[in-house]
Amino acid sequence: MLLMDSSTKISFNRCIRDGDLIIVYERHDTMKAVKVCENSILQNRFGVFKHSDWIGKPFGSKVFSNKGGFVYLLAPTPELWTLVLSHRTQILYIADISFVIMYLEVVPGCLVLESGTEDFERTGINTLITVGVRDIQGEGFPDQFFGLADSVFLDLPQPWLAIPSARNMLKQDGTLCSFSPCIEQVQRSCEILRSGFTDIRTFEILLRTYEVHEWKMDHSKVDDGNSTACPPRKRRQPSREASVGDNASSPVIMARPSAETRGHTGYLTFARKSLNFHC
Amino acid sequence: MLLSELKLFQILVRKVQFFLTLCGIRANILFNKGSNMSENKPESGPTVNPRVTWEGCSVLLDINDGDRLLFARLSAGSTLKIGNKTFSLQPLIGCPFGSLFQVESGKEKPYLSRFIPPTEENNVQDEGGCQLQEESRDNRAIIDNNQAQSLTGDDIDAMRRQGATGNEIVEALIANSATFDKKTQFSQEKYRLKKQKKYAPRVLLRRPFSRSICEAYFKKYPARIGFLRVDALSLLLSMANVTANSDVLVLDMVGGLVTGAVAERLGGTGSVCNTYLGGTPYPMEIIRMFNFNNEICKRVLRCSVNDLCAVQNETSEQVSQHEDVCTMESQSDEKISLSVSTEEVHLSSKNGVSDLVPENELSTTGKTCKTPKAGEKAPKEAIQSWKENGFSSLIIAAPEQDAWSLVKDLLPLLTYSAPFAIYHQYLQPLATCMNNLQLEKMAIGLQLSEPWLREYQVLPSRTHPCMQMSGSGGYILSGTRAYSNTSQS
Repeated sequence: MLLMDSSTKISFNRCIRDGDLIIVYERHDTMKAVKVCENSILQNRFGVFKHSDWIGKPFGSKVFSNKGGFVYLLAPTPELWTLVLSHRTQILYIADISFVIMYLEVVPGCLVLESGTEDFERTGINTLITVGVRDIQGEGFPDQFFGLADSVFLDLPQPWLAIPSARNMLKQDGTLCSFSPCIEQVQRSCEILRSGFTDIRTFEILLRTYEVHEWKMDHSKVDDGNSTACPPRKRRQPSREASVGDNASSPVIMARPSAETRGHTGYLTFARKSLNFHC
Repeated sequence: MLLSELKLFQILVRKVQFFLTLCGIRANILFNKGSNMSENKPESGPTVNPRVTWEGCSVLLDINDGDRLLFARLSAGSTLKIGNKTFSLQPLIGCPFGSLFQVESGKEKPYLSRFIPPTEENNVQDEGGCQLQEESRDNRAIIDNNQAQSLTGDDIDAMRRQGATGNEIVEALIANSATFDKKTQFSQEKYRLKKQKKYAPRVLLRRPFSRSICEAYFKKYPARIGFLRVDALSLLLSMANVTANSDVLVLDMVGGLVTGAVAERLGGTGSVCNTYLGGTPYPMEIIRMFNFNNEICKRVLRCSVNDLCAVQNETSEQVSQHEDVCTMESQSDEKISLSVSTEEVHLSSKNGVSDLVPENELSTTGKTCKTPKAGEKAPKEAIQSWKENGFSSLIIAAPEQDAWSLVKDLLPLLTYSAPFAIYHQYLQPLATCMNNLQLEKMAIGLQLSEPWLREYQVLPSRTHPCMQMSGSGGYILSGTRAYSNTSQS
């Protein structure tokens, strides 16, 4: 039955092989991308890990170092990539990205034009896409895509220069998104968008994260002595005897917003190409 | 960006962009780098993303720029009520999504007519910006005693009978207003807009998509979707890595919105299993709004948690027991969906199948559909395959249930290293769930997040965040299933 064609499945059910690109999860805020190589080792605060120990294990496994420390080996997903990529190049974060995808109404089969800079060789995506090098602000998009694009995404310092060309590339009712850090850029872009676009909306989106701590019933914190930056996991060992759901000495779970949070990434401006009479 | 990077920009042209893969969409149509773009059309062609309406399709009608939103199904007999008048929706069939309609006075009665807004309208606000330096008016001399307008209601009715268009009435009102000239530029614009909405209402034909469906429900019936805001929905899909060719397990108690959004992003590949506790599937009526084609529908399947967890030799027994329950349920679903779609719109839809039945065989609310609807019972082979391979991601949207009790049953159904995302409208159940997942060492990379979304009004000299804002779109707990010594699989 075609529905269950296993050759096309996204499945992490297979084992790690030599040459795989995997994500090594050290702690909740420390992950790195590693290429598995039979003779290599990974060295970190937890000790020395031999890649050869990893080969043949399933994704998601916990593996140990010579000192008894451990890490998890995860399959690379786009979400993990956004956490692993160097912060210099990373301007858009998962909250922005996921919102843009939904708001541009992109689904498999859509043709999307984007401007930006990415390193595709390393991630192996280069077989799926076509990359061209071009000065979009000066020359616009290439004519061959005239009227074919479902969506356009712009991440440019002067997007208003590219908007007229983007308009020509889009199908009727096609969607456009422009990402700009500064409000002045947004204002100029919206001015230009008013010719030929409708449903113009500008947003900003941020993600607020919460920390979760366990407090004992007598209202004092579980003894830790460490700063709150420690992941709760470390403090769990002492209270392990109290199993989950045990009402007698049931600890109280407290949640509070993380002290550090992002203030701003950029403004996202969306628009739809207006219909004209003859289409 | 570095200066050298500013000079050169890369165009990424792809069927599915890398940027999308960052959110978990991968191309299900691969093409060679060297091939000529113009020869490569998306395989599924116009049926993937139909841009023109057809008889029987589901549409979202936006009246007066977001003032009123409602869903409708287009058929020869369907109608729409604006104010105290009823209009046929027939003129909307065969028009492109994004078309705008205005009320026109017909010989017999008013009707909806397609029109293109003149481009001057787009520039009005820019002109306002230019004149701003000279603006010296304010409202000090205006007395608000409801006597500024000299036209009466009877006058307006008389104009209508003589065939005046909505716009003509608006102009007449402006001409007969004693205070209009004394108003500031912005105030005049507001006045004009207000009159237009009343006397020349406009209907925008919008395509139902996860985005528009979610926004409409969030605005009108947020409780039905558990206050799941559109940005929270988008995060669920990304954090759970919903991508082409994945097998996604969904526990959806928000009317089918999440199931539909997942199916949309799978785009006719992979599968989505809509699961439920006990013997009764949860209502999924929202999924009918999506206009899914056959290929997508057949990949949306239902299976109870019991059946998914059952040991192999028990499965066939339980399957036949549940079958009766499910058939009954799907019949009552019909009624639910019908009542939802007729709620706002005065639908007098007939089930007559005419020559206008579309080629892509969309299932209608009629009894004549032969094609599978979304949400058919999962066949044994599917259940077997899911058991052997595990699901590649999990999404739970049960805004009134305890998260932990759901997660502990469903997480073992995932493969290791598979991501999951749980939505709740309250923080506490997710905090408890997160704590328990850590204690039991069932997951790593846990994150408890709250999305924050703010919209801006961007107009010359009037740019600021919108006065109204949504205070909460819910909370999301995300993570990755990890292998642990204590977990049984």
